[in-house]
Amino acid sequence: MAMISFALIRQRSVAVVGGATQQLHSLPRYHGYFAAVRVFIPCIFLFLLWLVGGEAVIENLIISGLPDALKSTNSEQISLVLNRIQLAVQHGEQSTSDANILAAAERYSSLYNKGLWSTFWLTVAIGLTGYYLSKNRTQANFRARNNFEKTMSITLAASSFLAIVVTLGIVASLIFESLRFFQQIPIQDFLFGLHWSPQTALRADQVASAGAFGAIPLFAGTFLISLLAMMVAGPIGLFAAIYLTQYANQRVRAVAKPVLEILAGVPTVVYGFFAALTVAPMLRDAGGAIGVDVASESALAAGLVMGVMIIPFVSSLSDDAITAVPSSLKDGSFALGATKAETISQVLLPAALPGVVGAFLLAISRAIGETMIVVMAAGMRPNLTANPLEAVTTVTVQIVALLTGDQEFDSPKTLSAFALGLALFVITLLLNIAALRMVRKYREAYD
Amino acid sequence: MINTPTETNLDTVQASPKMAARGVNVYYGDNHAIKDIDLNLYADEVTSLIGPSGCGKSTFLRCLNRMNDTIPICRVSGQILLEDDDIYTSGIDVVQLRARVGMVFQKPNPFPKSIYDNIAYGPRIHGLAAHRTDLDEIVTTSLEKAGLWQEVKDRLDTSGTALSGGQQQRLCIARAIAVNPEVILMDEPCSALDPIATAKIESLIDELSGRYAIIIVTHSMQQAARISRKTAFFHLGEMVEYGDTTEIFTSPKEDRTRDYITGRIG
Ligand SMILES: Nc1ncnc2c1ncn2[C@@H]1O[C@H](COP(=O)(O)OP(=O)(O)OP(=O)(O)O)[C@@H](O)[C@H]1O
Ligand SMILES: [Mg+2]
Repeated sequence: MAMISFALIRQRSVAVVGGATQQLHSLPRYHGYFAAVRVFIPCIFLFLLWLVGGEAVIENLIISGLPDALKSTNSEQISLVLNRIQLAVQHGEQSTSDANILAAAERYSSLYNKGLWSTFWLTVAIGLTGYYLSKNRTQANFRARNNFEKTMSITLAASSFLAIVVTLGIVASLIFESLRFFQQIPIQDFLFGLHWSPQTALRADQVASAGAFGAIPLFAGTFLISLLAMMVAGPIGLFAAIYLTQYANQRVRAVAKPVLEILAGVPTVVYGFFAALTVAPMLRDAGGAIGVDVASESALAAGLVMGVMIIPFVSSLSDDAITAVPSSLKDGSFALGATKAETISQVLLPAALPGVVGAFLLAISRAIGETMIVVMAAGMRPNLTANPLEAVTTVTVQIVALLTGDQEFDSPKTLSAFALGLALFVITLLLNIAALRMVRKYREAYD
Repeated sequence: MINTPTETNLDTVQASPKMAARGVNVYYGDNHAIKDIDLNLYADEVTSLIGPSGCGKSTFLRCLNRMNDTIPICRVSGQILLEDDDIYTSGIDVVQLRARVGMVFQKPNPFPKSIYDNIAYGPRIHGLAAHRTDLDEIVTTSLEKAGLWQEVKDRLDTSGTALSGGQQQRLCIARAIAVNPEVILMDEPCSALDPIATAKIESLIDELSGRYAIIIVTHSMQQAARISRKTAFFHLGEMVEYGDTTEIFTSPKEDRTRDYITGRIG
């Protein structure tokens, strides 16, 4: 519809001035855009309104129309009844024999259809109104371009505003739920406790009814794995960046850079089963061969594979940092008779250091937040150890474990997931801020 | 007018040149940037290279310490002699060559290190100082020769990039001097500086001229007249005229030189 009105209004704007387009204040296509937007935005808005609010309105109507026998002040009861009605809508008479419910179901579907159709016609009507409004305004001196620009900027602003609001909402809910958790479990127990076993008893009289929520083992596991990953990705990524920027010729660079970027696009779950099914057994066998006991789920396997995963991350950011160093510094060093290696290690890298450190920090924050690989390869055992050959668990893995399966929403077990999430969020946020500041400062230095 | 070369210098012109170009051609891919240049450069004197933009002055200068090696598409033919050795033969160590032929760039490019480390960088990589005291000595004398010592002696550990533009350029000169070169190449060393800083650099060049062969590219004909004994005029990759600076500026032999000096080409 929007497209049709675009075409029509565009033509009309030409017709109004008798084909002499230079008399128009705005180009014909801007008249078209303006009309299209005028038609499109109200329609979309209405449609969204139906999607979001339509069902609720219908449910309210149904409930108020229910016979007294089914009426209840209890909200749980009402939702139960609504469930039965919806079942009846979907499955017809097999689902229930209650005549009241069936009647309500019938009303529900007819209301739903009516609602759908009325939305549709309303949309068409509004669209047409928009079309006629803009048609009337299609005159030579109408500032369609300015109006279109204004509408667009409002739409764009609304989108970014929405994105920010949603993010803030998520953070707020994290904080809010974490606070509820800390009402039940003291915050110092969470932050400094050395023992993690979130199983709370279902009945109060069970033994060991209170779980232990010391997060230290989880964070220790997270850091152990991140450290291992950085030990792999740091040197390899940095050396790759140095090679690609300083030694490789155009052809190698043209091939290697996209390949690295593809590596960055592999879904993490693929890395995950690679770690669990290939690397972990290999490590165990290798350990067996030299008489070292390697757990079949080990921090080492997860760390190694995660390292491989973040190599492209480190290398492409370091690459940027190194290329940002002005070539005049390199020339200066060469002109003093320095070799390539001396120039790289003593001039180029020190100059690029802030950027490289920033790259590393971003990579670490990526590693800390990574879940899939550790779920599959590092195990679930909250184990306070520095030995990479044992199984450990990480914050992200525990969040997954806490929230999969059945649980009460109010239990400390579930709420602890929010607390863990909050802690993780704070840590990665700080890392990212530090990293970005470093990178930015460094950019300023060379602009 | 700052420090015109004195008469006594004129008498000490040496018979054998410090550096010499013999039939030098330079190509960037298909672009023939330098055409068949023969030029002698003598120790103890300053030679200016002048000419309109794009005529190949920088290209020629960069041949003299093989800085063109860093540009993959650049190809050099002909001979460039440093004393009696052709620097483009394979037996020559570029590292050694660049220690003997230093370079100062158009834009000051101090390393983002301390002033001390900026100067010490060259001596360190060439192993010129056995002890810390030797290194201190080199740093001090280099800064003194570059006329920067008084200004920075109390803050040798601050960053070289924190100096003013003129100070940075003198730091770069000190850095080049520190490895004890025989020739110093300068590519428009004053074009990023104000008149006062320029005057300082010019008098510095004049002081250094007794100890090093200095070859300087400049766009300022007044500067060439002030500081150099010999001038070479380049145009479209050719060397049109070479001779005593005073002669080039007062009675040029070639029409193109006269046109350039009077501002008709450029
Ligand atoms: N790195 C390069 N790659 C390709 N061509 C180059 C390169 N450097 C210079 N040239 C070409 O060589 C020719 C001479 O350039 P050069 O920089 O030597 O001129 P110049 O006399 O120093 O000019 P200016 O006074 O503007 O510095 C020009 O035609 C230029 O386009
Ligand atoms: Mg130049």
